[in-house]
Amino acid sequence: MSALIATAIIVLAVLAVVGFGPTVAERARRLIPKGENRERIPPYDPGRERRAEARARELLRSVVSGEEYAMYMELGFIAVDGGEGEGYGYLLYPHRPILAFDADTGELLSEYCVDFPDRSEPSEAQRLPDADDVLAKWMSLRGGERELISVANMHVPGRQLDPAQVARDLVRLREWRARRVRTAA
Amino acid sequence: MKLVRMKPGHGDVLLAEGDPAVSEDEERLIAEFRRQLDLGMSAAVPTSDGPRREATMVRDFAEVPRDAERVVFFPPAAGG
Repeated sequence: MSALIATAIIVLAVLAVVGFGPTVAERARRLIPKGENRERIPPYDPGRERRAEARARELLRSVVSGEEYAMYMELGFIAVDGGEGEGYGYLLYPHRPILAFDADTGELLSEYCVDFPDRSEPSEAQRLPDADDVLAKWMSLRGGERELISVANMHVPGRQLDPAQVARDLVRLREWRARRVRTAA
Repeated sequence: MKLVRMKPGHGDVLLAEGDPAVSEDEERLIAEFRRQLDLGMSAAVPTSDGPRREATMVRDFAEVPRDAERVVFFPPAAGG
């Protein structure tokens, strides 16, 4: 009896291979992207991301002012003036919306949701290192504030960034700048 | 002049380097500049005026100051 069952299983297995084998093989081939001989980059590798962030920070340091670089390293964001000294500014967080605020009152004005996904090589990661994301925002604002803002999706404050946290960041920024002035004096 | 590009998982990578006053170098720099723009990249030239730092967005190699040290390419902004 058991021999009969074993034979039946074998026959079914053979029939399955004959019947579905080519289809399964074709599907498997389609799943493997062209250019499979290239080194595949895993979607997330903590060591690689850390090295990338270190390089990105060096680029950031070489482009922005010393104060802005220190701000990023110590506070985690960069504050820049908007327009030509028109009384508002922006906070640039990595991979978060750009936050516009009233430079005199600290009132939060708008969130501008914008990112810089690298879609030139679809098989690879798209997310820039944190410092590169901040630098891309900084250069875009410095080089073309209106263009960047026109691309961004504008929202009232609080959509993605916690207004209480941003208010605390503005206090931290004010205190940080005051400390630097005292230290320099 | 150096052409560098921000790259996910890498930080910046050097694309090309040369003296735009040398015709061979200039051709190479222009070719790489155009290739990056064809890939959809944005390009910025960092500048400095004393301690103040600025950046100028450029869309053609002719807009790059001859004495610029670097052109930084990065992915174009998209609404998030």
